[in-house]
Amino acid sequence: MSALPPYATTPQKIWFYGFRVICGLIFFFLIAPILVIIPLSFNAQDFFTFTPEMLALDPDGYSLKHYEDFFTNNEWQSALWNSLKIAPMATLIAVALGTLAAIGLSQSHVPFRGAIMAMLISPMIVPLIISAAGMYFFYSRIGLQGTYTGVVLAHAALGIPFVIITVTATLVGFDRSLTRAAANLGAGPVRTFFKVQMPLILPGVVSGGLFAFITSFDEVVVVLFVGSAGQTTLPWQMFTGLREQISPTILAAATILVSVSIVLLTILEMLRRRSERLRGMSPG
Amino acid sequence: MAETAAGPDQFTGATPDNALRNAERADGPMLAADGTPLKASLARSLRRQKIRAFLLVLPLLVFVLVTFIAPIVDMLWRSVENDIVSETLPRTVVALDGWEGEDLPGEEVFVALARDMNVAVERKNHTRLGTRLNYETTGMSSLFRRSGRGMDEIGEPTMEQFIALDAAWEEPATWVALMADPDWIERQAEWAAAEDRGAEPRFRLNGAVEAALPQTADIYGAFARTAQVEDEDSPTEEEPWPVVYQALASDLAALEALPEDLPADTARLLSQARDAIAGFTPEDVRAAFLDLNEDWGDLEVWGTIEAFSDPLTAGYFLAAADLQLTPQGIERQPEDQRIYGTLFLRTLWMSLLITGSCILLGYPVAWLLANLPMRTANVLMILVLLPFWTSLLVRTSAWKVLLQQQGVINDILVWSGLLSDGNRLVMINNATGTIIAMTHILLPFMILPLYSVMKTIDPSYLRAAKSLGATNTTAFWRVYFPLSVPGIGAGSILVFILAIGYYITPELVGGTKGVFISNRIAFHISSSLNWGLAAALGTILLAVVLLLYWLYDRLVGIDNVKLGG
Repeated sequence: MSALPPYATTPQKIWFYGFRVICGLIFFFLIAPILVIIPLSFNAQDFFTFTPEMLALDPDGYSLKHYEDFFTNNEWQSALWNSLKIAPMATLIAVALGTLAAIGLSQSHVPFRGAIMAMLISPMIVPLIISAAGMYFFYSRIGLQGTYTGVVLAHAALGIPFVIITVTATLVGFDRSLTRAAANLGAGPVRTFFKVQMPLILPGVVSGGLFAFITSFDEVVVVLFVGSAGQTTLPWQMFTGLREQISPTILAAATILVSVSIVLLTILEMLRRRSERLRGMSPG
Repeated sequence: MAETAAGPDQFTGATPDNALRNAERADGPMLAADGTPLKASLARSLRRQKIRAFLLVLPLLVFVLVTFIAPIVDMLWRSVENDIVSETLPRTVVALDGWEGEDLPGEEVFVALARDMNVAVERKNHTRLGTRLNYETTGMSSLFRRSGRGMDEIGEPTMEQFIALDAAWEEPATWVALMADPDWIERQAEWAAAEDRGAEPRFRLNGAVEAALPQTADIYGAFARTAQVEDEDSPTEEEPWPVVYQALASDLAALEALPEDLPADTARLLSQARDAIAGFTPEDVRAAFLDLNEDWGDLEVWGTIEAFSDPLTAGYFLAAADLQLTPQGIERQPEDQRIYGTLFLRTLWMSLLITGSCILLGYPVAWLLANLPMRTANVLMILVLLPFWTSLLVRTSAWKVLLQQQGVINDILVWSGLLSDGNRLVMINNATGTIIAMTHILLPFMILPLYSVMKTIDPSYLRAAKSLGATNTTAFWRVYFPLSVPGIGAGSILVFILAIGYYITPELVGGTKGVFISNRIAFHISSSLNWGLAAALGTILLAVVLLLYWLYDRLVGIDNVKLGG
C-alpha cells in the first residue's frame, strides 16, 4: 500500500486515490474543528464566523481584543488561577501516592493484587457524572463540598489511574537486579529508590503526571458538583460561557488551551522516543 | 563443600559456611545462616516482602477508598435509603401498621399523626417530608406545608376545657411538676440559680408518671426535648402544645390509679381533672384534620405514606424504571410521566449510533496509518493525537461555533449555493449536534486500539490470499477483516462506555432532544433536588458500565488499555 505499483489497472488507481481522499476527509474532520477556532479567535468582531474582512485577509478584520479580554477580565483570570492552583496540587498527590503504589504493586507476592488494582483503576472506569454525583453526596456529608481541598482530592482521585497505568507499564521493563545490586553495595532502600530506580522510571512518572495534570486541568463535570463559585476553573468558566452568555473570549481561551495541549503532546512524544531509545528500539 | 569449609576460618556464629556445617551435622532441616530452619527463614522474608509491598500500596488505597469508593458507596446507599418517613412520623407509621388501605385510617392514626406533626413542625421537618413524598404523589408538598400551619388547632378544644377547669393548667410549671423527674427539677433549679451556666440539664421524665400516663409522657417528652434542643428554651418556660392536653385527656380516661409521690398541688389538680374528664367533650382529631385539609381524606395520600414507611425503599429504582409504588402494589407511571424508559433507550441508541460512526470513520484511517511507512504514519498520527489531547470543552465549543445556524458550516453551504439563506440547516441543540460532536470527540478512542491491532496483522497474509486467487474484496473480508475484529471490539466497547456516560457535550449541544441519562442525573442533583432518584439512575448507569467493562476485560483485558502514548 505504500506506493501504487506501475502495473495497476484504472479501477485500482481510482480505488487507491479514492481511498486516500476519503482518509484525507476523515483527517480533516478530526483536525478542522480545532484549527478553525484559532483564526476565529482573532476576529475583530464579536461574531463566531468569518467576517468578509477576515476572508479578504484584511488586517483590520483581525485583532487581539478577545485575548485582551481574556487577560484582563476578572472572571477569566480568576478561573485561570484556580485551574493553576488546583491542577498541580492534584497532580502532586496523584504522582506521589501513585508512584509508590505502582512500585508496591509491581513486586511479586502482593496480596489481593487484582482487587486492589481494580479499585485503583476504578476512577477511570466509572462515568464522570456518577463520580461527580457520589462525590457531591459524600463530600457534602463530610464538609468538603465547595472547598478547594475537596476539588483537589477529587481531581487527584481521577488522575491516579493514569499514574498507576503508566508507571506500572514502565516498571515492567525495569531490571530488578539493579536494586539488588544497589542494596548489595550498601545503599538503603530510600537511597536505592532515589539514585537507581527513580531515574530509570522517571519518563513513566512524568508522563503519568502529565496525564494526571491534563485530567485535572480539563476536568469540568466533577468540579461543577464538588466545587463552589470560589473554585471556578477554566473549563468551568468555558462551560458557563457556552451555556449562558456566549462570548468570543471563549475562543481565545480555547486557542490557549490548544497550545497547552500541543506543548504537552510534544513532551510526551519526546519521552516516548527517549524510552524507546533506552530500550534499544529504533526511534519511531 | 565440606572440604572448602574446613579451611582456616575462625569465624563463629552466623556465617554461610557454619550454617552449612550445622546443616550437615544435625540431621534435621536445612538451616539458614542465622541458624533458623531455612523454610521458616524464607517464609519470614517472603512475609516481610509482602508486608513491605502492601505498605507501599496502603496510602493510595486508603486515599482512593476515602475520596472515591466511599462516595460511590454513598450514592448506592442513597438510592435505597428512605428513613425520612419513619423518622419524621414514627408514631403514625406504627399506628398505620396493619391498615388495609381500603378505607380511611381510624382516629388513632390521626391522633398519632397530630403528635408527629407537632414535633415535625417544631423541628421544621414536615416540609422536607412533604417534598420527599411529593416525588411520589403530587400535592403532598403543599398538603404538609399547609397542615403544618394548622397544628395549633388540634387539641385546642381539650386544652381550653382543661384551663376552664383550673387556670393552673396553663402554667408551664404545673406541667414540669407533673411530668419531670424530681431529680431533674432539683438540678434544673440549681442550674437556673447558677451565675455562669452552660446548657440546661437534659430533661428527664418521672418514671411513675410515665407508667401511669404513657401517651402524655411520650408527647410531653418530645415537647421538652424539642424545646431544649431546637428552640434552646426550657420546658419550664414554655406552654406545652395543645396536642399534649389531648393526650392527657385520653390518658386520664383510661387511668386506673393516680401515680404516687406527686406534690400535693399536682396530685390535687390531676385527680380533679380525672373526675372531670367524663364531662369533657371528646375531640375528633380525624374531623379536625379533614377540616384543616380535605386531602387527608384521600386514600392515595395515606397509601403513599404507608408505602414509603419502610426505612429502605425500592421506590427510586421503580421511578427510574417508570414504575411507581402504590398501595395496590407496583404500577406503571401514567403515560405522560414515562420519561426514563425513553431516555435510557435514547442514550443506548445514540451511543450505538456514535459507536457505529466511529467504526465507519476510524477503520479506514487506522488501516492507512498501519500500512503507511513509519515516518509518514507518525506525522499523520499527530492529527489523531492532537484532538485526543485537546480539552473536551475546546472541541465542544468548536462544534458549537461550527454548527450554529449563523456558523461556519452553514455559511459555507450558503456561500457555495448548496443552500439558500432561508433554509439554513438546524444542526445544533438536537440529536444531530450531539452525534456529530461526540463522534468527533470519541473517534481517537476508536482509532488507537484499531491501529494497535492492525499493526500486528502481517501484510503477507493479504498477499498470500491474493496469490491464491482471491479478489481484493474477498481477501479483505475473508482474511484482513476477521483479523481486525478484536480491534473493532476493543474500540467499540471503549467508545460505547464513554458515550453512555457523557454529560458535558450533550448538555451544550444536545438541546432537549439530544440529552442523555447523565443530564437527567445532573438535573435531579442540582435542580429538582431529588437526590434519591439521581442516585438510582446513577446506580443503573453504573451497573451497565461495569457490565460492559467486565465484557471488555473478558475480550481484551483491562491491562491492554493504551493511552495513545
